[in-house]
Amino acid sequence: MKLVLGYQSHIVVKKVIEKELENYGIPYKYHNSSQIEILEDISINLYKRLKKTLDEYGIQIKETQKEQFIQKIKDTVTELVYNDNYYSYKTSNIISEKLNLSYGYISNIFSEYTLNTLENYIILQKIERAKALILSDEHTLTEIAYILNYSSVGHLSSQFKKITGLTSSSFIKIVKRRNQLFAAQYNKD
Amino acid sequence: MKQINVLLADDDDDDRLFFSEAIEQLDLNISLEIAGNGMELLNHLHNPKSLTPDIIFLDLNMPIKGGMECLSEIRKSDGLKNISVAIYSTSSAEKDIEECLIRGANVYIKKPTDFELLKTILHKVIIMNHQYDIAGLSKENFLMVT
Repeated sequence: MKLVLGYQSHIVVKKVIEKELENYGIPYKYHNSSQIEILEDISINLYKRLKKTLDEYGIQIKETQKEQFIQKIKDTVTELVYNDNYYSYKTSNIISEKLNLSYGYISNIFSEYTLNTLENYIILQKIERAKALILSDEHTLTEIAYILNYSSVGHLSSQFKKITGLTSSSFIKIVKRRNQLFAAQYNKD
Repeated sequence: MKQINVLLADDDDDDRLFFSEAIEQLDLNISLEIAGNGMELLNHLHNPKSLTPDIIFLDLNMPIKGGMECLSEIRKSDGLKNISVAIYSTSSAEKDIEECLIRGANVYIKKPTDFELLKTILHKVIIMNHQYDIAGLSKENFLMVT
């Protein structure tokens, strides 16, 4: 048997969007076929989940120019933090050069959108990389300080403690014991 | 600015008031929901109609179901295990702090008695958690003591 189908894709898209928004319990209003107003503020996590769900249908949420710009800043920071060749240069200079705008302008836009300064964001990213390196057991803290271009191991230690409230050694101890505990629970279940 | 959903579980009236006033005075777009004990908290979390919180502040000593028990249940549940949990407790004993973090808490807060200090701490914790979301970082290594 062969079925000949006729359909109107915009109706399909509309139904999918309605269904998913209702699934997530998000109140909305249609403006036109490609613009929806979300009537309540939703959390960033929920937004990401919704974006991912719609993505599976091939429906993309178009981000505003500003969001794209923030993404570009974030990508640049990630590139900086994970590319060891960059560390001999001043971070603000590289970011400014890469985005072809003044660092002051870039950091202003960034803090307006993310509730934190670009400087803190870079520090957080560096500390996260330090954590991964510490947990890999392949480097001493002194080597890690060198890789991440800290002036001394003391500087890295104090920044680590300032951000996490923990020393790097208690951090390792806690994460290892947590992993053991969770692995044991997993095996038991 | 996007809204940040915060959920507090605390059985003490005064502490709840203290906490919600501090949250109100932060210059952030926060929606705060409160559970009076651990049982209420888990019922709320398992209710599909509830907003998923971005971070849960959990008092350790609660009747019916304590903070530690809630933490274990949250970490064992597929739907909930990725939510950040901040333990909010009067104990500042090293052993208690470690135990909570090992059992899966992201943050350990020693309950301050000073209102301004509480505001500073809550701001720091909420912003730090938000940074992980913004950066798309895994919270597996998100540990903080304050």
